[in-house]
Amino acid sequence: MTTLDSSKEIQKNNSEVHETHEDFRMFGLITFLIADGMTFAGFFAAYLTYKAVNPLPDGAIYELELPIPTLNTILLLVSSATFHKAGKALLKDKNSDSQKWLFFTAFLGIIFLICQLFEYFHLPFGLTDNLFASTFYALTGFHGLHVTLGTLMILIIAWQSRINGGRLTSQNMFPLEAVELYWHFVDGIWVVLFIILYLL
Amino acid sequence: MTISIDPQKTNNESLQPKGWLRYFSFSLDHKVIGIQYLVCGFLFYLIGGTLASAIRIELASPMSDFMPRDVYNQVLTLHGTIMIFLWIVPVVNGAFGNYLIPFYVGARDMAFPRLNAVAFWLIPPSGLMLVASYFVEGAAQAGWTAYPPLSITTPQSGQIIWILSVLLLGGSSIFGGINFIATIIKLRRPGLKLMQLPMYCWAMLGTSLLVVLSTPVLAGTLILLSFDIIANTGFFNPVLGGNVVVYQHLFWFYSHPAVYIMVLPAFGLVSEILPVHARKPLFGYTTMVFSIMGIVVLGLVVWAHHMFTSGTPPWMRLFFTIATAFIAVPTGIKFFNWVATLWGGKISINSAMLFSCGFIINFVFGGITGVALAQVPFDIHVHDTYFVVAHFHYIVYGGTVFIIFSSIYHWFPKVTGKMLNEKLGILHFIITFIGFNLCFAPQHWLGLNGMPRRVAEYDPQFQFVNQISSLGALLMAISTIPFLINVFLSVRNGKNAGDNPWNALTPEWLTSSPPPVENWEGEAPLVEEPYGYGKEISEQK
Repeated sequence: MTTLDSSKEIQKNNSEVHETHEDFRMFGLITFLIADGMTFAGFFAAYLTYKAVNPLPDGAIYELELPIPTLNTILLLVSSATFHKAGKALLKDKNSDSQKWLFFTAFLGIIFLICQLFEYFHLPFGLTDNLFASTFYALTGFHGLHVTLGTLMILIIAWQSRINGGRLTSQNMFPLEAVELYWHFVDGIWVVLFIILYLL
Repeated sequence: MTISIDPQKTNNESLQPKGWLRYFSFSLDHKVIGIQYLVCGFLFYLIGGTLASAIRIELASPMSDFMPRDVYNQVLTLHGTIMIFLWIVPVVNGAFGNYLIPFYVGARDMAFPRLNAVAFWLIPPSGLMLVASYFVEGAAQAGWTAYPPLSITTPQSGQIIWILSVLLLGGSSIFGGINFIATIIKLRRPGLKLMQLPMYCWAMLGTSLLVVLSTPVLAGTLILLSFDIIANTGFFNPVLGGNVVVYQHLFWFYSHPAVYIMVLPAFGLVSEILPVHARKPLFGYTTMVFSIMGIVVLGLVVWAHHMFTSGTPPWMRLFFTIATAFIAVPTGIKFFNWVATLWGGKISINSAMLFSCGFIINFVFGGITGVALAQVPFDIHVHDTYFVVAHFHYIVYGGTVFIIFSSIYHWFPKVTGKMLNEKLGILHFIITFIGFNLCFAPQHWLGLNGMPRRVAEYDPQFQFVNQISSLGALLMAISTIPFLINVFLSVRNGKNAGDNPWNALTPEWLTSSPPPVENWEGEAPLVEEPYGYGKEISEQK
């Protein structure tokens, strides 16, 4: 490894050599989210096939209560709106407002996860009880993993948008935009999941 | 403190190790990563080839006398998995893609150099993990398809390590795919239009679309399978109310496109090699592009032709037969385009050209058996027999591996600045071509006569033909020797190649050999006609 000084120098030289080009990290992220969406598509396809061709054994319990998931849907939809607010605030250089909105979004995400766990503990079936139960836990669990990662990322960017020394500014919006897109994606997946798993 | 938001600024090669050490570092240079992919893949090819030799030694006699039956199952599983996920996919996509695509789009590196390095460095650990699983309770035994319930009932640790390893390799493949799509679409040099790109770019764009769309489905499926194995869920376990056919659908939704992930880049590479050595423009550029994209679209909707014996309903058989037969159309167009490229050309008979022609011959044969296998009545007759093994190897070995060797002969001068020895190269081709056809052509007959695949023992009446096949495998193993000697001798003492020994027109030849760290000393050249060979000659006149 070289010293900091020389690396700075090289960086300076490089910025002269390198032609600037448009930022395509968002393009890469969208491609990744399409891939991620295909994972969910595979799970949904498996679930729907099971529903169509694999009858559950007699006496299998698979009744789902609607209040908690409905609340969760509302939580996620509201959190998408609050995230959007955070981005708007940052664009106007109101960093502290942006940070508040981000923390609020993360808070909604955590509430979602708590509700999800609450639902898990009160369901009348466990992971291995029957095919429906397994698929239910696999789908909601995989989605919950996404929400957990998203919440962690929101907390990180909320920390980064602090006023003194935060790297998140109206000039450097990418981290926020990236997490926002991911969060909307996770929301969208939840809406599909809610319709397929709970309503259908 | 400000952080640079330009991803290229982080690609600071000046800080990276020089000389051969850079090949063992977390280098961000696409050329270094390409060679890392190639050499790593080749080492796994040697391991997978050793396993293949073990299989052919076992099958030289009808009884299972060379190794126990369960070891045979492990060997065939490791052979399949290593050859597909650690040799062909990484090399034909990762190695050549990384080395060539930035040149072809006129860029200094890939779109996401760091992601690129991560994608490569996922491969050695997962490969070693896979090989090492043999020493834990035995490696996975369920074949590279890992069909349940077999994969659920065989020893767990090997199967779980197999799943982990394939998940990591799938992740690597997805990262690579994202990188290629972004590089080809977004990082093109200003002024370079999509329809001016060399054909390999189109092939890699199509391949990467398939990777991004289908690999995640395999990942999800394998996660469910691992739940079945570890947590005793019943997704694919009929005893617990599950459905094995769902696994097959999800698995083949990835693994049929995976065949195109293995062979489309080879289509692209051969389209680069043939025009150079035949001194003619690539015939039918536009039809080539549309054929590739047609194969991508059709490739996503033909998966159930692997499942004609899995109780698929008649409408499904009909649909997938027709869809599969349709793939022969774009593939046939490409085949005729290659032949038309050669037609009337000023052909140089060198190793690269010979391997490419060998590819065309083998591939058309594999293609014909492929169309035959798409027909339900025929497929039911030969399902799970050696006919399928023969067909598959004609596509991936006779097709893709021939092109990998052809590409090594073609681009070795660019990478090292030295020429490979032509005599050894032609010897390598002759032994490989004879050995390959001797090994796999008889297997069509074996399959038609009902010899099942993946079984260590067989009916003694098949012994003679199996011995011919094993002899072919021996020749294939021997063919590696002249190749390795050639590479090692030429790297040290090869004839200096100069910058452009083939007088090629594609952009990678317009820089020095080996290329400088950022590909070009000055600005990247704008190559509007990568295949303008005829015009070049007429201008000279």
